[in-house]
Amino acid sequence: MSIFNQLLSAFFSRLFFLYILSVTASQAELVSGYEFSSEQAKEFQDDDFQNPGFLLIEQGLNVYNKIGDNDQLCSNCHGLNGDQFIPKSIAQFPKYHDILQKPVTLRDQIQHCWVSRLDNFSLEYDDPELLALETLVRNKAYGEKVNVNISGKIKPYYEAGKAFYFTRFGQMDMNCAQCHDIYTGKMLRGQKLSQGHTNGFPLYRLESQKMINLPQRLRECFRSLRAETFEQDSKEFRDLEIYLNARGNGLKIETPAVRY
Amino acid sequence: MSFFMLVKINNFIISCIVVFIPFFPITIHASPDINYIIKDDSILNSRNDLTGDPYKGRELVRDRNKGNCLACHQLPIPEDAFHGTIGPSLHKISLRLTEAQIRLRVTDMKQINPISIMPGYFRSPEKITRISPLYENCTILSAQEVEDIVSYLVTLKSDPFESPL
Repeated sequence: MSIFNQLLSAFFSRLFFLYILSVTASQAELVSGYEFSSEQAKEFQDDDFQNPGFLLIEQGLNVYNKIGDNDQLCSNCHGLNGDQFIPKSIAQFPKYHDILQKPVTLRDQIQHCWVSRLDNFSLEYDDPELLALETLVRNKAYGEKVNVNISGKIKPYYEAGKAFYFTRFGQMDMNCAQCHDIYTGKMLRGQKLSQGHTNGFPLYRLESQKMINLPQRLRECFRSLRAETFEQDSKEFRDLEIYLNARGNGLKIETPAVRY
Repeated sequence: MSFFMLVKINNFIISCIVVFIPFFPITIHASPDINYIIKDDSILNSRNDLTGDPYKGRELVRDRNKGNCLACHQLPIPEDAFHGTIGPSLHKISLRLTEAQIRLRVTDMKQINPISIMPGYFRSPEKITRISPLYENCTILSAQEVEDIVSYLVTLKSDPFESPL
């Protein structure tokens, strides 16, 4: 009888544990990385004159007003200083591009316009001009809620990104979920672990003291895991970017943010 | 002119040093000899030739490129201002675990809890996906360094800040 009781209690305790897991996984409230930042970083982000991201937006405007090789301008379509940008549309990136037959990030879309509309040579993937343009465009959707569609043709890419998110990498042998889902809010030495959302990208990183976009941040993650990194425009990072953005659906865009 | 040439060469040499030093890995324990016997949840000291130095262990625990235990655990080390809270506190750890049990947890925590976040400090590199080329066939710590850390943790018996070290 006692064995039966033990089995029963073990079964129910396991059931309870699974229940707790499912509840925490489903009801996890979305919190922007802003809430996990230090007070100084928050002040730094909120002050438009201190925030280095706005310097990059100014540089982005210079690129924006550059005449392309076929005498066209960005402003021909998007208005003076980008007034005609549609914030709702910007918040939907990355999305499936029907002509290119693949999912495109905001960076890819800018690159596509840069090459096909302005007839320029394509920019390098880590070109400062591309970063400046991305910051400018994403900032036009400031305060708009992230809204990535994950149904339809983009679904397999999203699933691949999700699988990537839960894969262990590197000598440290960790995956993204352990820090950003399970131990959120705990301290890693002096730094609080955030939920790892992407609503602030491109952002100013206090540690490396420069503006970075999401793939560059992922590469730094991989370096600290002591893992072999992927290229910035690799399929893996693009899939992960889709998953990460969709994971933060509903958060307000804060570009340019200031984070550790 | 020769002076300027010298300056240029000097600059070149300095830039070479500055550029290339960070690319060298700090720890190289290539092809480690990983043979230990796990009994229950502990590793009895099969490497009798190695004896740990608790003073070295205390430095390894603080070192960001070695143990870096303070990133996740709290320890009686007051000179470091920030201690992590991801793992359990290691104050008085020796009252809770034996030396052999501590050895397995430092060596490879994933043998006990497969979904643990704790890196295996002497985990076989073959079990790891996409290790960086800089650390190919390397473990995080050498067998000697594991012994050093274990011998330090064994000393943590009394109240915090009353550690004998």
